[in-house]
Parts: sequence; C-alpha cells; structure tokens
Amino acid sequence: MFGYTLRRIIYTAPVLLGVAVVCFALVHISPGDPLISILPADASVDLQNRLRTLYGFDRSYPEQFILWLGRALQGDLGTSIATGRPVTTEVMRAVANTLMLAAVATFIGFVLGCFFGFVAGYFSNSPLDKAASAAAVFGVSVPHYWLGMVLVIIFSAQLGWFPAAGAGPGGSSQWKFDMEHLSYMVLPALTMSVIPMGIIARTVRALVAEILAQEFVIGLRARGLSELGVFLHVVKNAAPTALAVMGVQLGYLLGGSILIETVFSWPGTGMLLNSAIFQRDLPLLQGTILVLAMFFVVLNLAVDVLQSALDPRIKR
Amino acid sequence: MALSRYTFAAAFGAASVLSVPVAALAQDKILRIGMTAADIPRTLGQPDQGFEGNRFTGMTIYDSLTAWDLSKEDEASVVIASLATDWGVDPEDTTKWIFTLRDDVTFHDGTPFNAEAVVWNVQKVLDEDAPHFDASQVGVTASRMPTLRSARVIDEFTVELTTSEPDSFLPINLTNLFMASPSHWQAKFDETGDAESAWAAFAADPSGSGPFRVTGFVPRERLELAPNTDYWNPDRTPKLDGVVLVPLPEANARTAALLSGQVDWIEAPAPDAIPQIESRGFNIYANPQPHVWPWQLSFAEGSPWLDIRVRHAANLCFDREELQILLGGYMGLPKGTVDPTHPWWGNPDFDIRYDLDEAQRLMSEAGFSAENPLAVKVQTSASGSGQMQPIPMNEYLQQALRDCYFDVELDVIEWNTLFTNWRRGATDESANGAHAINVTFATMDPFFAMVRFSSTGTFPPVSNNWGYFGNDEFDALIADARTTFEDDARDAALGRLHKRLVEEAPFVWVAHDAGPRAMSTRVTGVVQPKSWFIDIAPMDMD
Repeated sequence: MFGYTLRRIIYTAPVLLGVAVVCFALVHISPGDPLISILPADASVDLQNRLRTLYGFDRSYPEQFILWLGRALQGDLGTSIATGRPVTTEVMRAVANTLMLAAVATFIGFVLGCFFGFVAGYFSNSPLDKAASAAAVFGVSVPHYWLGMVLVIIFSAQLGWFPAAGAGPGGSSQWKFDMEHLSYMVLPALTMSVIPMGIIARTVRALVAEILAQEFVIGLRARGLSELGVFLHVVKNAAPTALAVMGVQLGYLLGGSILIETVFSWPGTGMLLNSAIFQRDLPLLQGTILVLAMFFVVLNLAVDVLQSALDPRIKR
Repeated sequence: MALSRYTFAAAFGAASVLSVPVAALAQDKILRIGMTAADIPRTLGQPDQGFEGNRFTGMTIYDSLTAWDLSKEDEASVVIASLATDWGVDPEDTTKWIFTLRDDVTFHDGTPFNAEAVVWNVQKVLDEDAPHFDASQVGVTASRMPTLRSARVIDEFTVELTTSEPDSFLPINLTNLFMASPSHWQAKFDETGDAESAWAAFAADPSGSGPFRVTGFVPRERLELAPNTDYWNPDRTPKLDGVVLVPLPEANARTAALLSGQVDWIEAPAPDAIPQIESRGFNIYANPQPHVWPWQLSFAEGSPWLDIRVRHAANLCFDREELQILLGGYMGLPKGTVDPTHPWWGNPDFDIRYDLDEAQRLMSEAGFSAENPLAVKVQTSASGSGQMQPIPMNEYLQQALRDCYFDVELDVIEWNTLFTNWRRGATDESANGAHAINVTFATMDPFFAMVRFSSTGTFPPVSNNWGYFGNDEFDALIADARTTFEDDARDAALGRLHKRLVEEAPFVWVAHDAGPRAMSTRVTGVVQPKSWFIDIAPMDMD
C-alpha cells in the first residue's frame, strides 16, 4: 500500500509541471493587454512601455515563466496587478469560501444522488425508478445558473426568505456557522448540488442495477441473507466507483462554478477567476488556475488511494 | 404528502426567522450600495474600475485639488474649487501653474494637508525615484493628466505644478488626482519596510481627507465607510451613519439584492427589471451622462464616409426617440458630443435630428439609391463597459439606415479586442475592413471628449483617432483651446472646436447613456447630476 501511494505521489510531479506550463501558456496566448486593468487603452505609448517594463512584461516568455515558477515553488504566486494584493492570499481566501460551499453542495448532492440512485436501481423499471431517474436527469440537464436565478427570484426577491447575494452580513471574513450566516449559503449550495446529485444518481442507479443482476447476489439470497445484508454487499461493491465519481465532482465544485458564484456573488474561486479574466489580471489568473489544478491533482490522488484501499484489485 | 406539508411549514418558519436580520439591518442609517464592479475599487488613492472607482472609493475617501460640481441636475457638471481655493497659470511661463490651497484641512489620521502633501501625491505617480512611487497607480492617473510633469512647494499652502507644454485643461485633469496622507503611508512603510507592502497596508487602512473614512474592508466583498465628522466642507459633511459598498457584478443579482432589501441602492439595474423595481416602490434616478455612444467614422482612403453628405445623412436617418423607447427610456438624445447646456456647446450649424427626407435627399445627391445602396461595415462588440446594449442598438441602426440606402454589415468581436483595435486605427488589419468602429467614451475632459478624436497628433497608435480625422483647422482650434487659460475663454475656444466637430460629423452620434440607478425610498437628498459621478455625502435616510 505504501509503495503504491508513493508511486502515485511521484506520478503527480510531472502532471503538476505540465499543469504549470499549460496554465502559463494559455494565459499568455489569449488576446488582450495584461495591463488593461491599470492602464486605459488611451494611455500614451510611452506610458504603456514604461509600465510594461516596470511589471516585467517586456521579458521573454521563457524568462517570465522561469521567474514565476521559481517564486511559485517558494509559495509566492506574485501580486495581483489589479488590486496590488498578494495572489496567494487572494486565492487561499477564495479557496476557503469555495471549499465551504462545495463541501455542503457535495454532501447534499451525494446524499440525494445516492438516495435516488439506490431507489432507482433497486426498483428498476418501476414508477419509483422513473421518478428518481427523472430527478437525476433534471439535475444533469437543468442549467444551474438558470436554476440559481429562479431560486433567487422566488426565495429572495419575492418571498425575502434568504439573502440574494454574498457570504454573510459582514462578509466571509466574519463567517460563523450560525443560522444567520448559513442562510446565505442555502440557495447557492442547493443550486450547486444539483449537477453532482444528478450524476451520482445516474451512476449509482446503473451500478446497483448491474450488481443486483450478478450471480453472487442470487447466491447471497439463496444462502438466506437478509435484504439488509444484500444491500450492504451492494453498497460495498458500488462504493469505489461512486466514490471516484464523487471525487471528480468535488474537484469540479472546488474549481468553483463561475456562473453560480457570480449569480450569488459568492466570493469563491469561480468569482475570482471571473474577475481575473475580465481584468486580464495575469498573475491572479495563473495563480488561481495553478492552485485549482493542484487541488484537482491532489484530490484525484486521494481518491485513487482510497479506492485502492476499498478495492485492493485496483493496485494491480 | 403530509410530510411535504410539514417540511414546507418548517422551511417557511426557519426562513422567516432567517429573514429577520436582513430586515433589521435596513433600519439603521447605513446606506448599502450594490456596485457593478466585481471587486471593491482600489482604496489607496487612485481607484481602478474606471469612473465607478472614482465615484465610490475616490470622491468618498479622498479629495482632489479641483472637483466636479455635483449639486445640480439640470445643468452641466463643471469644475469647481476643492482642496485648492484658487489657481492660475504663470504669465511668464505658461507651463507653470500656481495653486493656493485650503489651510483648514486635515487627513483622517489627523495630519495636516499642505503643499508638501500635494508634491508627495504628484510624486507617487510621476517620480520613479521617489520612495513611495507606485507603478500600479501610474496608469489610471498619468493617462488622465498626460501633461503634468512635477510639483514644487512654494510655501505651506501654495504649490507650483509644471506641465510638459502649455495646457489649459490641467485644472480639469486634476479632478483625478486624489490626495492621500503622506504621514499615514510613512507609518505603513515604517511597519512593513518596503513600498509595495506599505501601499498594500495603506489600501487596507487608507487615510484621505474626504467626507468618509474607511472602517472595514473585506477584499472583493465589502467596504465599510463611516462619516468624517470633522470634514472641512459643511455642505458635504455626511448625515448618514455609514456607507457599505458591495460588489455585485451580475445585473440580476443586484436587482434581487435590492428587491430583497439586502441593499438600498443598485447601480445599472437590468433594463428589463426596471418596471418591476418601480412597481415595488423604488426610485429610479437617471440623467444623461457625459458619455457618447457613437459610430466613429473612418477617413482613410476609400472610405465611404469621406463624403460629408453621407456622414450627415447617417446622422439624420434614424429616430433616436424610437431607440430611447427600445432602451426603456434610459438614454439621452445627443445633439453632439456635449449637450446644448454645456459650456463647450458652441452652437453648431448642423442640427442632429431625425429627418428622413433630408437624409434621403443627401444620399441621392451623393449617388446612392435603394437599388444602389452604400455598403458600410461597422466593428462592434457584444458587450463591454459603457457599450449599453450594443447588439440591439446596432441592429436598430442597421435596419433604420436601410431607408437611407445604407447596407450596414456588423462585425461583432470580443470587447477587449475591440478596445485594443481602437488604438490601432482604421487602416490596420485588425479593423477587418471596417469603415466605422463602435466604442463608447466619456466626455468629462476636453482631451478625451474631443481632442483625441480630431487632432493629427493623435492618429494611431498615439491615441484613439481611429478614423484619422484631423487637419490644420482642427489642430489650430485645439492649440487655441489648450493655450487659453482663462476659464470662460477656454470654454469658448472649446465651443468653437465642438461646433466644427459637429458640423464635420466624424461620428454618427447615437446616444448618451442615462446611467440609471435604483434606490430605496428611504434614501433622501439624492441629486443625480449630468455626470458619471454622484455625491453621496449630502444624502440622508429616513
């Protein structure tokens, strides 16, 4: 197990380097001026050149990349051009907010997804299956930003039950797990949970239906095992795949949904990326993408290790 | 079914309890504003995020030597005294200006404002050798005062500013230079040890001399301002208990936040939500802004706009009032770059109006007809700052101009790309063969309103004279305006420039943005001037 884990960790190093290269390249080949947030388009050519030199954008791309990577390896992702604040601080604050929202959304999505999936799988082709599958299809198909807007219109603008935007009355820095603060999370978390709920439900349904059709289940029943006992066997067999799907979904949610976070003005990574893209804030954009990609890689590593613990055959 | 009812009742109960704090907040005299910006504009003195930045973290926390008069809604907003009480150019050397300063102003940290503070604030963006020079503030500042070069203390309350060439626009430009406290920055520098960290610390805990001071700052989420009760100007001493600025970049989120009582004021509500906002009892404030939504025409060789009859015909061919209805009424009807109440109006002989017969006559005279239409291509974007509703507006023009024998092709590109192309000119390959470009602009300052579009010295890539419009006559008019230093005489010279600009029609003037904002009826003392700015200081809440 230790050897497998170590091997997996070593494999992530080139992946992370590749991510850094792709991230830097993508950000730099996109059109637009990296100084647009601090330099109006009508600024003089002299001023443009002066600032380009001051910010180091007059250097060659390889030189800029090596400097950036060197600093990043020391935990310094640079300074945001638009705000002048350290990128590391900005990204970590946003990651914490997104993590909080993603954890709640994943929990809701996983619980509901597994519930609908098991119900549909156990009662395959019954009206229950059709209802649960319809809920899952709805979750996968509905545009979540649209759902977010509808929820805001109904529950914020019309009924006034929940706040429409933000992460607490005093901002996320004063976040507390009390009812007042949690009320800010209800609508974005529900909206965010819909897609993982749908995907997990469909996956679990297929798994359960497939497992139930296998001979060992007939064998278990023939040996007189209770339905609960059979259910636990099904759960154990379905768990590795369901877990992998959940891991991927959590990874997606950690990336922050640009649309959901923008609709609810939730100060997470999605909103940060949105802002960085529109302001062409290259250090912030690179730093955010790199950190998110690293989270994704680490999360996949954790899921791989966990999967292999649950199903030792995977190690082979 | 029964479970659903219980669940619903429980959710209703919980939500009712949860909604109490939201409503309770609204009882204080705290004005909560939903901005369109995705982040709090920079608070260190020179805000980013365009004029929204100046509006919310410039003029609230800081003062400038000169300021805009925002106290009238039916007259043009003009430059008035602020931290400077008096100014004039040195008759011996017209590149030198002498400013007399107020002697009763202190920064929020209690230190006095004086000539040394002015010099320090000029150095922060212009003197690369100064310890407090900050590259991040240079772009937004130096571009708005392109000729300012240095400052020198004459005595405690008198300062000399030097420009690179004689420039009568300097007092207008100086509305963009906000005065931060040098002592407060020095204290931050002593704590942190380097200029970049000192500015970051200053931004988190700024000190200006404005009517509000910063009491709380959560980056990207909220900025809390408290009244500066010792403010030097009694007319602008705040009556509010505080102001909270919240970035809400998404229009529907802003509208929902207003309707749910989470904020008291939103900038730029979604146009289709305005009837709902009004029906819920909120006030909508709007006034034409110093803003132009134009087609900027090409004068490059072979351009169809080289014929003045064609330029005039395009300006006469569509009904701006109809377009105003399309935009829910929130659009100003242009008569030129500035409106007839403005000191730079100048009474042009060409009247911009809707006159289909005259437009058709001009086009026929120019050799075009329904069977032989004139093909023109216009580069625009699908969205962008100040662009209002570019696609529906351009499609309206496309349709309307067909009646005057124009065959309009729209070349829609991404906003940042369009903005970059604006600097490259009509003959550059980025123009993609376009004969006009649709980039909106602010007209607060004569350089940005007129000079950069009509001088031979501003042809691309120097500035935004995309269409290469300019000649000796316009260069002489500009030089005259720039070197006329008495305010009324300078405005008269700018009027002559504006008159000729309208008559020559290097633009199709389509609209002025009316900048609608929605507010709770609790907010009182609101004056919506003809400006990009609005003064929060005199406002109050019931």
